[in-house]
Amino acid sequence: MANQPITYSSSALFDRRPLHFDPNLRRNRLNQLFTGIAGLFAVIAVLPLLLVLFHVLVQGGRLISVGMFSELPPAPGLDGGGIGNAILGTLLVTLIASLIAIPVGVGGGIYLSEYSQRGWFAQFVSFGNDILAGVPSIISGVFVYGIVVATRVFFDQSYSAMAGGIALAVLMLPTVIKTTDEGLKLVPQELRWGAYGVGASKFVTVMRITLPSAFTPIATGVVLAIARAAGETAPLIFTALFSPFWPEGVFNPIATMSVLIFNFAIMPYEAQNALAWAASFVLVMMILGANLLARWISRMAKV
Amino acid sequence: MLTDPSPALDADAFTLRRRPPTEKLVDLGFRQLTLVLASMVAIVLLGIFLTVFQGAREAIATFGLDFLTTSAWDPVNEQYGAFIAIYGTLVTSFLSLLIAVPLGVGTAIFITEDLIPTVLRDAIGLMVELLAAIPSVVLGLWAIFVMEPALRPVLNLLHSLLGWSPFFNTVPQGPGMTPAILILVVMVLPIITAISRDALNQVPIELRQGAYGVGTTRWGAIFSVILPAAISAITGGVMLALGRAMGETMAVTMIIGNALNFNLSLLAPGNTIASMLANQFGEANGIQVSALMYAALILMFLTFAVNVAAKWIVRRLSLRY
Amino acid sequence: MTSSFHTSPAVEASKEDVCMSLQNVTISYGKFEAVKNVFMDIPRGRVTAFIGPSGCGKSTVLRGLNRMNDLIPGCRLKGRVVFDGYDLYDPKVDPVEVRRRIGMVFQKPNPFPKSIYENIAFGARINGFKGDMDELVERSLRKAAVWDECKDKLRESGFALSGGQQQRLCIARAIATEPEVILMDEPCSALDPISTLKIEETMHELKRSYTIIIVTHNMQQAVRVADHTAFFNAEAVEGGTGKVGYLVEFNDTERIFNAPAQQATQDYVSGRFG
Repeated sequence: MANQPITYSSSALFDRRPLHFDPNLRRNRLNQLFTGIAGLFAVIAVLPLLLVLFHVLVQGGRLISVGMFSELPPAPGLDGGGIGNAILGTLLVTLIASLIAIPVGVGGGIYLSEYSQRGWFAQFVSFGNDILAGVPSIISGVFVYGIVVATRVFFDQSYSAMAGGIALAVLMLPTVIKTTDEGLKLVPQELRWGAYGVGASKFVTVMRITLPSAFTPIATGVVLAIARAAGETAPLIFTALFSPFWPEGVFNPIATMSVLIFNFAIMPYEAQNALAWAASFVLVMMILGANLLARWISRMAKV
Repeated sequence: MLTDPSPALDADAFTLRRRPPTEKLVDLGFRQLTLVLASMVAIVLLGIFLTVFQGAREAIATFGLDFLTTSAWDPVNEQYGAFIAIYGTLVTSFLSLLIAVPLGVGTAIFITEDLIPTVLRDAIGLMVELLAAIPSVVLGLWAIFVMEPALRPVLNLLHSLLGWSPFFNTVPQGPGMTPAILILVVMVLPIITAISRDALNQVPIELRQGAYGVGTTRWGAIFSVILPAAISAITGGVMLALGRAMGETMAVTMIIGNALNFNLSLLAPGNTIASMLANQFGEANGIQVSALMYAALILMFLTFAVNVAAKWIVRRLSLRY
Repeated sequence: MTSSFHTSPAVEASKEDVCMSLQNVTISYGKFEAVKNVFMDIPRGRVTAFIGPSGCGKSTVLRGLNRMNDLIPGCRLKGRVVFDGYDLYDPKVDPVEVRRRIGMVFQKPNPFPKSIYENIAFGARINGFKGDMDELVERSLRKAAVWDECKDKLRESGFALSGGQQQRLCIARAIATEPEVILMDEPCSALDPISTLKIEETMHELKRSYTIIIVTHNMQQAVRVADHTAFFNAEAVEGGTGKVGYLVEFNDTERIFNAPAQQATQDYVSGRFG
């Protein structure tokens, strides 16, 4: 070194190396190793999605025809048929669930964000909401079985589309409340003050100013919650049950795609197995479509 | 008129200078309505607990705590014990996390720490999120017809190599604990990845700069500064994933084999509380329903404990930075 | 006001060793140039201050000196930064090795989420320190003038300290690795005046053994601590939307503040703009 270096009392105690990059240095080799491992893990993480999508597309997609949507499933052992009733049933049960969970959830979210002042009751509701979100979906089925199916409250009917819808609503509720609460929290306080400043009542402020401003996050969360509910099976097995027939109103057992997949997957008949794949295809397409829709909604708002 | 604005006109132009009582009523009514709707959460939660507890009372009275430790499941003699299901629930969920945590955290690091171009990062992130959207029952179908047959040779190899151990001493014959564990890995991976990703993204840039500033390598910074800073949120996410794994029903039910006999081997069929409920609840009657409710109560208790622990960990371990 | 220049060892600037040499450095974020055509020889064993209005690129240049800009996506540097006979931006240079020899203190105090002791020991350990760690921790904290506040709570989290103490902990962390150069990016901007004074005292202490380069918004601070001062300015790009920074003048601090060669410098230091 040409220049006289400044002397450090302890520089000899440190590893000092030239500045050039040495790929064989232990730390640089470890770095590469860990990057490789993380990359491998990422590949493993996305592999299931690709494989599942591939098989659903190949096994289910090739069966898609008009008959698949317009016919009933065949009796065990027979070929052909479709999943028309299950598609209709999934739509109906999910609709019932949405009609219950969205008003209740949005209302509860409004309370938490706009009215509660975050007192003990609001904290309790928030905490309970997180706990409810963690309740296994099958437990929600057991609950609705206990209060609706076993008690035959609806016109002495036991298993019904209604019961299935309520069970799904229990699952949707925490998501809807949480997204509403968080969406409303994002609305700038100044906007509310502005509305109060021109003499608007709280009700008018919430309905005309605050809620519309938070539409995007709430809509995104609600669409995702609906998509999630549409694919749920466990709460429906012993609430909505299954039916080989077309839907007969909301107070009778009803077929859904998810329960159809479960029932037909474990049957020893190839025709039924094939219908399970077809239903998977329709269900996955619907759910992925809803997910992309939700993304699109939230991206629209950002522009 | 324009040139001579009369004061009387101004007063008349606003008809609502004084709020009508109906408006106040609407205001108050709406507040009460949202309060009631918010209370629904508490009511539902309480309703779930009471319904399940009420249903379980008969079984609790009959079997007591022996229910947790015995493994008879005999509708003919009305003898019930949930040991197999409890054991299966714990073993499948813990083992699946053992695999999913390194995979999920590693993936999260890979897509947050500037190791690859942004486009690729976003693509991997999106795919993991979409994996979370695939319904459990579809994964179960895939597990039955694709994963398990493909896995069979591997499990056979495992059996021939490790068959001396009680954990691998049965010949794999389709459904069993191992395929169930693997499908659970697929199901909890997106949760762990998403939460770890958020946690890592929230580590302030200053902290990273500080680490690089004293001359750490990238992975030195990740292991000694970034991960420790994110650990509370990641642990919370892992606990949430544990809760999900315990309560996960469909995919596990379809692939675990729903055994009624206890077997230590991971290659043999097993059972979990959730899959037992899914399989038997619809056709059960008498005290069997109560026994299932008792099992459901245990499952609720387990997931409740795990979820509360998750919240506690996040609050307690979170570092101020 | 007396410049610290008079109190520093009486060595003429022209004879001093050059520690770092910037040769036609241009730094850009994506398509936009943040600062361009900087030539500068930073002397060894002195305090050099970078001053200038916001957006003039002084922090960008500072971060370019130990390759911290590598962490910002899209940031590129053209030209040469020569240190110890190496162009730091040569593809064969290891940025990790660079940062071990050129330490940094940041604008916001950023202690690691570890104990005070570990905050110091961490950097030393990864730099292969083989000596007595307890002694090093104490010496570093003493040099950074924060030992008295810390000595009874070495096992407590670094966050337990006040903002000013945290920043001095970060200085201690930087000097614990015995770098040759310490870069300071507005180290006092988040601190109260008393903490600022303490850190300035620390800097006087440190310049005996290190080359210090400091970015500051505060001209009085430059006068108090720096032997040499570089004034950066920004000008609007023709037809462009942003501003591009450039080096106006680099000289002894006294000259910059009392007899600058450029009118722009005169305007800035006399407070007429900026």
